[in-house]
Amino acid sequence: MCLGIPGRITKIWDDRGTRMATVDFGGVTRTACLAYLPGATIGNYTIIHAGFALTVVDEAAAHRTLATFRELGLLDDELGARQPADGVGR
Amino acid sequence: MTDIADLTGTADLTGWTCPAPLRDHDRIVLGHGGGGVLSGELVEHLFLPAFAAATPPDPTDGTRLARTGRDDDGPDDGGPDDGGPAGGDRLADAAVVRIGGARVAFTTDSYVVRPLFFPGGSIGELAVHGTVNDLACRGARPVALSAGFILEEGLELAVLARVAEAMGRAAAACGVRLVTGDTKVVERGLADGLYVNTSGLGLVPPGVDVRPTRAAPGDRIILSGPIGAHGIAVLSVRENLEFGGDVRSDTAPLHGLVDAMLAASVPGVHALRDPTRGGLATTLCEIASAARVGVEFTESAVPVPPAVEAACGFLGLDPLHIANEGRLVAFVAAADADAVLAAMRAHPAGRAATIIGTLTTDHPGMVVARTAFGGTRIVDRPLGEQLPRIC
Amino acid sequence: MKYLTEFHDPALARRLLDTIAATARRRWTVMEVCGGQTHAIIRHGLDQFLADQVEFIHGPGCPVCVTPLEMIDRALAIAARPEVIFCSFGDMLRVPGSETDLFSVRARGGDVRVVYSPLDAVRIAENNRDRQVVFFAVGFETTAPAAAMAAVTARRRWLTNFSMLVSHVLVPPAMEAVLAAPDNRVAAFLAAGHVCTVMGTEQYEPLVATFRTPVVVTGFEPLDVLEGVRHAVEQLESGRAELANAYPRAVRPEGNPAARMILADVFTVCDRAWRGIGTIPRSGWRLSPAWADLDAETRFDVADVRVAEPAACHSGEVLRGLLRPPDCPAFGTACTPRRPLGATMVSAEGACAAYFQYRRLAPAGPSTPAVDRD
Repeated sequence: MCLGIPGRITKIWDDRGTRMATVDFGGVTRTACLAYLPGATIGNYTIIHAGFALTVVDEAAAHRTLATFRELGLLDDELGARQPADGVGR
Repeated sequence: MTDIADLTGTADLTGWTCPAPLRDHDRIVLGHGGGGVLSGELVEHLFLPAFAAATPPDPTDGTRLARTGRDDDGPDDGGPDDGGPAGGDRLADAAVVRIGGARVAFTTDSYVVRPLFFPGGSIGELAVHGTVNDLACRGARPVALSAGFILEEGLELAVLARVAEAMGRAAAACGVRLVTGDTKVVERGLADGLYVNTSGLGLVPPGVDVRPTRAAPGDRIILSGPIGAHGIAVLSVRENLEFGGDVRSDTAPLHGLVDAMLAASVPGVHALRDPTRGGLATTLCEIASAARVGVEFTESAVPVPPAVEAACGFLGLDPLHIANEGRLVAFVAAADADAVLAAMRAHPAGRAATIIGTLTTDHPGMVVARTAFGGTRIVDRPLGEQLPRIC
Repeated sequence: MKYLTEFHDPALARRLLDTIAATARRRWTVMEVCGGQTHAIIRHGLDQFLADQVEFIHGPGCPVCVTPLEMIDRALAIAARPEVIFCSFGDMLRVPGSETDLFSVRARGGDVRVVYSPLDAVRIAENNRDRQVVFFAVGFETTAPAAAMAAVTARRRWLTNFSMLVSHVLVPPAMEAVLAAPDNRVAAFLAAGHVCTVMGTEQYEPLVATFRTPVVVTGFEPLDVLEGVRHAVEQLESGRAELANAYPRAVRPEGNPAARMILADVFTVCDRAWRGIGTIPRSGWRLSPAWADLDAETRFDVADVRVAEPAACHSGEVLRGLLRPPDCPAFGTACTPRRPLGATMVSAEGACAAYFQYRRLAPAGPSTPAVDRD
């Protein structure tokens, strides 16, 4: 449950006391409520659920996670590792 | 391929049978117009039995009752749940009837799209293109259209004029004539602005025989271009759902493209379908069931524009279920696939055409997608209309 | 899309799968709590590739699935009233109550509208002052902040015609109920990442400590799910039970403080019935006394609508991980998404619906999933 995908904040404005933002999802934009992210700024990636931005994507953490994945592979390669799992990546 | 065999082998284990009777709903619900399972059941269990006496089977021409309705939310039908070899063509996009020496393709379609105008088009273009495309999907050359209007009291004349002009322009561009029409006005509140019905006549050239049951194992599945733009463009301007972006409806006539394909190979083009309501998934499921073949396609081979993918992401929808108005899916004999594909790519409406899969003797009636990870999954038609979800 | 497509990379997925395969010396039973994760697993066939290492048990992670029957009946009763505009998320419209569903209520003249955000319902209330506008507030901790802000906004705008039918549910008590059951088989949890974006991670500490069970906060893209599995299997193989965060790009230990503050004000913890499971103590949120004037249950006097769950549906066992959807006698026959018998068949993310959609013809036994070998 709790569908949420990351988008980039491109515009921030005030709607009668509520902080709102335009969020770009790569070609389509959606209005989201920023009330729960007082520190969010233009350029931040954020995860939207039910019209609300709930968290700012920690880009450094995202890159660290991806780097971990790549290192898993490198470690495997160095160990001259096993065959790839069936089917994946073909 | 063992996985696919396994899938088929256990079909009886779960005892799944498709057509549930209509008695679940004692009234029409919106889902009956979604082009999915509910729509199909309405045709199978209500219309076909009621019309049985008036639609004797005609295996030569195939068609008894054409699919009606092309819009993404119109109150109309879908395809069969289980057309056998004999009846698999009765729900084709258009009927082909023999009049004198000529084979005449005949279809009708009602348009109830909301809002009336959307990025890339309006109900006017849809009403012409949708019917032209239904004729084209039987290999017919469109000749003439009728236009019936149901107008709501209070509709601004300027709005009606814009729609009518759009229809006139679209018909002229298609080379079809609007030859007869009708106008009715209902009281305010009884219609949503305006509805349009168009019926169309076309001529099937000698030797051309395009219909769902000609789809056969080994056929290549060719998709004429990226999917989902129309449905997402319409959703993008729906009340309470507005989202920005540059997604424009793909509405376009396809008879020129079909002409080019038939020029490449008349016998090789077995079946054509325009994946409108219910999307590509519904089209593939309908062919699988009508021709009793298995469908296998590669998900990553299906072009989905990034913006469509993104919108589906936040709305919780599957691009395979989103409506298209300017795309077709062709089922072409393997030997002719390259020639037909080349002909499509040489035509403006098919520049991005691509082969997405094949028809198989395995798992007849079932559509299986190969995922980007190399696994498989079964693709079903949506139940009813597409609703944004949160979870 | 950035921070999305990178987490779909098949080459990196292979590396994660290889690592998991190298780590696991036996087959572990892991519960993914969230329906979104169930969806990703089945949609991408991840269970096919992990068949020898992991048995996934699908958790009670879909709020549409677990909304109690009587709450749906209350919704249907309210939605049928002529003065009401009933606003709901799209996935709720198909959920059957005892007799009917919101779609059918609409077909009979009820004004039922689909909203994407609860703030849309507030806007509808502003534009229809002569009507009563009711928002059906369902969902986990992820969705509740949106509903809470709708309440705050409605009050700030002096809207007397807005109310909410609240049936929010809380994830940690349900996880505890799973672990506390005598027949529990779950060895580790993949916790619902988006719930944690709001509530943070510390609420799982007692669970980890009490039950010695690894809890890995996990995201929703295929690589996220595999990363969660990798963490869980590593812990299980080394005999550890820790709280780990495999979704650090979205989840902070403290969650979202601004959201938690408003949630604490608008809602108060209550016992909640879960469809197919029964009542779990302190597992729900209702409006707090300070916000009780917005409670649709009292405004429309439906609080005494009470119904029992149907007996034939085994969704409770599915939700608790005791029964796989295809093993249910009603699966695919008496119970389909079109005519759902129970909660898990209702939502697109319910465990049964996910199986029906993607895998309904796969072999039944957990040891023989449809593994791709060509």
